[in-house]
Amino acid sequence: MDVLNVEYMVGLIPVLLGYLPLTLQLAGTGMVLALILACLFAVVRVLRIPVLNQLTIVFISFFRGTPLLVQLFLFYYGLPQLVSALTVIDGITATIMGLTMHFSAYMAESIRAAIVGVDRSQTEAALSIGMTNGQMMRRIVLPQATRVALPTLMNYFIDMIKATSLAFTLGVTELMGATQKEAAGSFLYFEAFIVAAVIYWIVVEMLSKLQHYLEIRLNKAYSR
Amino acid sequence: MIKLESLSKHFGKTIVLDGIDLTIEKGEIVVIIGPSGTGKSTLLRCLNFLEQPTTGTMTVGDLTVDVNRASRAEILSMRRRTAFVFQNYALFANKTALQNIAERLLVVDKWPKEKANKRAREILQQIGLGDKADAYPAAMSGGQQQRVGIGRAMATGAEVILFDEPTSSLDPEWVEEVLGLMKQLAAERQTMMVVTHEMSFARDVADRVIFIDGGRIVEQGPPSEIFYNPKDPRTKDFLKKILATNPV
Repeated sequence: MDVLNVEYMVGLIPVLLGYLPLTLQLAGTGMVLALILACLFAVVRVLRIPVLNQLTIVFISFFRGTPLLVQLFLFYYGLPQLVSALTVIDGITATIMGLTMHFSAYMAESIRAAIVGVDRSQTEAALSIGMTNGQMMRRIVLPQATRVALPTLMNYFIDMIKATSLAFTLGVTELMGATQKEAAGSFLYFEAFIVAAVIYWIVVEMLSKLQHYLEIRLNKAYSR
Repeated sequence: MIKLESLSKHFGKTIVLDGIDLTIEKGEIVVIIGPSGTGKSTLLRCLNFLEQPTTGTMTVGDLTVDVNRASRAEILSMRRRTAFVFQNYALFANKTALQNIAERLLVVDKWPKEKANKRAREILQQIGLGDKADAYPAAMSGGQQQRVGIGRAMATGAEVILFDEPTSSLDPEWVEEVLGLMKQLAAERQTMMVVTHEMSFARDVADRVIFIDGGRIVEQGPPSEIFYNPKDPRTKDFLKKILATNPV
């Protein structure tokens, strides 16, 4: 067996890093949209808003109950067949749609649990001073639920960054897609994929540091 | 002025409030006493619409609502005319003492931040916590938290402050400072309805003591009459028991 081609690996680092921005863009956009959607779902579930509540339950059940890859293929290959206006949907858009819906389904449940976990007497206090339900959610409940949900949400974000690698199956050349192409050209599969793996790993480690910092900040109000 | 007419509250088949008629004048200090589970807290919670009353009408200031037909806007309006002090303080854990007090002014009354904070600082001075503006609830003693709870109610400028056993969760060492603040408010003729087991507070501060049992007003009158010359045997019985453990 040959030894590792270190020179090739070092040369590959800047090439693959060039595709990292797209990976981060997919995950970043997906995360922001998924968070917004998940908060809406969670509020609908907690307040048991009629009709929307039932729809949300079905939505969450479907997107948690089916593989992300199946969902991506549905959006990319399936939807244009049904709705001709969607033939222009590109791989990047389909990936973001898939990540958003898939992860919002998971995140909605952890946000819901965090909302329910906020001390009931505080929600009564918010109502007692004349806040509307919306004001109570925005000012009192969601900020506190965020603190509880943060570790889980960061886990989903980390998971989402890694899940962006599925985009290569839709022809998107992000980090994984680029690695695949490079490896196919050089036949140095082990070297190429170990470089890609280390890049993902470092990004995730940096996020863990960010998570630690955010947790300290959000816990400020709860330390004596 | 507060006026309740045939106010009732049922939880399923259990009747917790059974046709309460009550008028309270502006500036009056009313203390409600009675055995546990007889509807005292429920009465206060109905006034703040934390419980939806089953039947009856409620008037606070110039707003009268038939509780069955109260619209969302009327419920909100009724809540904004009444303020509530909770047994377990129920401070917003994510907000400082100052923010807890300013919250109503900022969010409900839409005051500009500077003005709301200025008013909140005045209130912090009044409740003797001028130096705790930036402290979070977790870093305050029970007595301090409850004083902020009262400060939060004061900031609402509500017609009446409803106190639901405000000292029952406190360690004995903090009870006096909370009662002291309530006496200060009473001296300023802030309209108050207080559910409490602190009989000496009732005797010294109340204009009127109301004895509730079985969801009904059994007897009411000035403290001198209720404590020293109760008419109804249930009042006598209750006072005998509570004064044995809690002498005035």
